[in-house]
Amino acid sequence: MKTQTVTCVTCPVGCEITVEYEGDKIISVKNNKCKRGYDYASAEVINPVRILTSTVKLEGMKSRRLAVRSAKPVPKSKLMDCMTVINRAVVTKPVKMGDVIIPDILGTGSDIIASEDA
Amino acid sequence: MFENYDVAVIGGGPAGLAAALECYNSGVKNIVILERDKKLGGILQQCIHPGFGLHVFGEELTGPEYAQRYVDLVNKTSIAVKTETMVLEVSPDLTVKAINTADGLTVIKAKAIILAMGCRERTRGMLRIAGSRPSGIYTAGTAQRLVNIEGYMPGENVVILGSGDIGLIMARRMTLEGAKVKAVFEVMPKSNGLKRNIVQCLNDFGIPLYFNRTAIQIHGKERLEGITVADVDENLKPIKGTEQYVACDTLLLSVGLIPENELSRGAGIEIDPKTRGPVNKGGFMTSIDGIYACGNVLKVYDLVDNVTKDSVLAGRAAAERIKNLK
Repeated sequence: MKTQTVTCVTCPVGCEITVEYEGDKIISVKNNKCKRGYDYASAEVINPVRILTSTVKLEGMKSRRLAVRSAKPVPKSKLMDCMTVINRAVVTKPVKMGDVIIPDILGTGSDIIASEDA
Repeated sequence: MFENYDVAVIGGGPAGLAAALECYNSGVKNIVILERDKKLGGILQQCIHPGFGLHVFGEELTGPEYAQRYVDLVNKTSIAVKTETMVLEVSPDLTVKAINTADGLTVIKAKAIILAMGCRERTRGMLRIAGSRPSGIYTAGTAQRLVNIEGYMPGENVVILGSGDIGLIMARRMTLEGAKVKAVFEVMPKSNGLKRNIVQCLNDFGIPLYFNRTAIQIHGKERLEGITVADVDENLKPIKGTEQYVACDTLLLSVGLIPENELSRGAGIEIDPKTRGPVNKGGFMTSIDGIYACGNVLKVYDLVDNVTKDSVLAGRAAAERIKNLK
């Protein structure tokens, strides 16, 4: 059985929540002041995920990159590998906010989409 | 060139966009937004991280996404937009002088002016950090613009001074782009950045954060080679004997934002020494009748959602004044 303490980020209080878990089974959650903290801490110890944002090269544009984001959070452990893939991408204008730049990056189930028009 | 508008909005960031839209939606149609950058959006263009719009839209948007929502709304109106246009002067008689390469010098006469120029960052010179003056020292926001808009890496071995949100965000950004961020030094006993950013920008990447410590000397001839840091006492004075050398080629300064009121001072507008922005005489009007101020030029905000809410009020007040003039 493992024990981990996480700082909850769902509201400004920032409870330090201690979770006991075995594999992907939650055994106990302590110190949370609300259910959102319970849910956040449980997810965070089993499978921490993060929204990834970065920029990609725009074809033919010097000194202007395109802001992109993961449509959904991706596993924290895959952030740097995702960056390697994102840094190979080159996008041609015109682009609209929401356009898919890289579908299902590294099999995470999340697309990388444009964050702005260009 | 001479032009007449009902409202001239100086700055096309979130404050200017929200104020202009509210003027328009209140029935005042002849509006111009004057923006010095190539695109609208202001500082949001380079804030590519999420966390915007939780209150206004109930969604977690990136900075560019938040800006795009307002740009899309503006594009549906007849609001005139002049980009790459620099305002040189604002006068108490509600005249604005602006230049760009397309039109040269334009003199704009308006019935109301809304100041939305945002703010600037505190610099190394203002901190008076001793030592040589090599390259490799940037304010965090400058580094953010270089990385996110222009596509340049400012350096490889980074130290960050200041644990406010801009410094924390750049710690993560530089790491994701392959730099080694060695440490964040904070002169105060704690960080005023969001806990979320401490977790997701520092803890996630194993970047240490040291409190009660600051940079006291810069080393390097052409390029930064390292800094000397020291612990500080309760009066923020360096403690002798605690000096340590930290090798680095890049120093990012995240040490405070200052409202940008050069134009306001030029117009003779009364500035509040506490906020460093125009004194709010009520309804976001400044000490000059018909000139309003909103957003970071008025005072430094934490959340863009609050900038939008207040800028809407400023736009509404400007529109009401114009409607009462008629």
